[in-house]
Amino acid sequence: MAEWFVAKAADLPDGDRRIVNAGNNEIGVFHHGGTYYAYSNYCVHSGGPACEGILINQVVDLIAPDRTYQGQTFSDEVHFVCPWHGYEYEITTGQCVGDRKLKLKKFEVVRRGDDIYVVA
Amino acid sequence: MDTTPNEVRKLNFDDYSTAKHLEHAAQQARARNYQDFLIVDVDAHHYENESYKEVFQYIESPVIRHDVMDSAQRPGRSAMINTSVGNQNLGGRITRSNLRRLQKVPQDGRHRDVAMTVEWMDSLGVDYACLFPTPMLFLGLHPQVEIEVALCRAYNRWLCERILAVEPRLISMLYLPFNDPEAAYQTVKDFGDKKGVVGFMVTSPRYKPVHDNAYMKTYALLEELGKPISFHAAYSWEDRALQMTNRFISVHSLGFMWFNMIHMTNWVINGLPERFPKLKVLWIESGLTWAYALMQRLDHSYLMRTSDCPSLKRKPSEYMREMFYSSQPMEKPDDKSILEATFKMIKADTQLLWSSDYPHWDFDTPGVIYDLPFLNETAKRNILGANAARVFGLDTKVVKKIP
Repeated sequence: MAEWFVAKAADLPDGDRRIVNAGNNEIGVFHHGGTYYAYSNYCVHSGGPACEGILINQVVDLIAPDRTYQGQTFSDEVHFVCPWHGYEYEITTGQCVGDRKLKLKKFEVVRRGDDIYVVA
Repeated sequence: MDTTPNEVRKLNFDDYSTAKHLEHAAQQARARNYQDFLIVDVDAHHYENESYKEVFQYIESPVIRHDVMDSAQRPGRSAMINTSVGNQNLGGRITRSNLRRLQKVPQDGRHRDVAMTVEWMDSLGVDYACLFPTPMLFLGLHPQVEIEVALCRAYNRWLCERILAVEPRLISMLYLPFNDPEAAYQTVKDFGDKKGVVGFMVTSPRYKPVHDNAYMKTYALLEELGKPISFHAAYSWEDRALQMTNRFISVHSLGFMWFNMIHMTNWVINGLPERFPKLKVLWIESGLTWAYALMQRLDHSYLMRTSDCPSLKRKPSEYMREMFYSSQPMEKPDDKSILEATFKMIKADTQLLWSSDYPHWDFDTPGVIYDLPFLNETAKRNILGANAARVFGLDTKVVKKIP
């Protein structure tokens, strides 16, 4: 295991991300909601660059108490989306939202002074 | 712990290149040694609408040419060329759909279409790609048959002269204007011997039955030329049954099987395989499970109802097993034995042809075949390239350059 430099903390504001080549690993490091998250950049589907797509909130159906459909909206849950085919992952867990059993490999992120590192 | 020097990338959504987008595909291609063997993509696409200004110049009727070019100046409003309601790029989640306009191509005299296509082919590990249009997949639903014929002929001429004539790695099964049987016949006569034309393609969403007598001379000509006929699936949200679906996933999942299931049923039940025993028939972009299901459905009723289909001398599935199938979008059941049974049902070793459908939203890499645990190396290479080379009469020399 080694620590791989990601960015100066000041250069990675909330909402931003980096892709880090760390030996045999390619890792996406997200700064989201004051926390850093790091996941394998290889989609569980067909190996696409899972961490390089858009960030978008989860879409939910609005079902009324009488069980009628009332449209759709975005929830507070943020996803990143593999740009090859659209597989969506929850940013705080790395879980594939269509099948929560599928997860991207998660990596630890550490801060040393002003520097952010990922451990891999 | 040690800290180690490494490469860090910042994402830039104002910059795009196909090679970067597909870097992981190139990694797969290198890891699996695709450079060592032939890979043919029997169903790939370009966006011919990006070249409409050139294509329209080839429209033969001066009136239609004038009207279509005038119409093209008002994008977003009613137009002379039909498209379809859809949401292929998933609200921007499939980023290449929007970003491809930012792609820079070498200024080496090649058409932008050629440069962009060859770039993704190399990344995926593809030697030859059979190129099909995108918006024109819906042209068979145009209410004006003469527009289908006019645009089809213009597109075919443009494709042959500007694309296929200059890039030997690109081939095509040309669009057949199927709503006008005479024009379809004339298309085969006029284009059958053009460079890179390896067959002819019917876009499946349409309402002309394939067993109509008006098509028999076209099938006979194709059989004589040894050129396959293919049916390229697509959906139509205007179809009466599919109008009941309310999400793109629904109309896409059903629509891409629906029209081909109808055409296949008519093709077999009316005995066309008996009438044209040497005509090669290829079914494109419906996945595989539809054929697996339809073989069983038709066989189930056949022995009870031979009087309905007296031209048949064998079970429907036996004819279907002699046809060819493109693989994409290949279903991936968790239980691989289900997929293995599907492969067995369609005689995949000789009848299945891998396809990517790139750059469309649900494209497949060669890995969908190469990584299957139940195929041996020979079967993998047959499906990925050798079968297509045999069907289309292609050179088997490996010509790609995986980056």
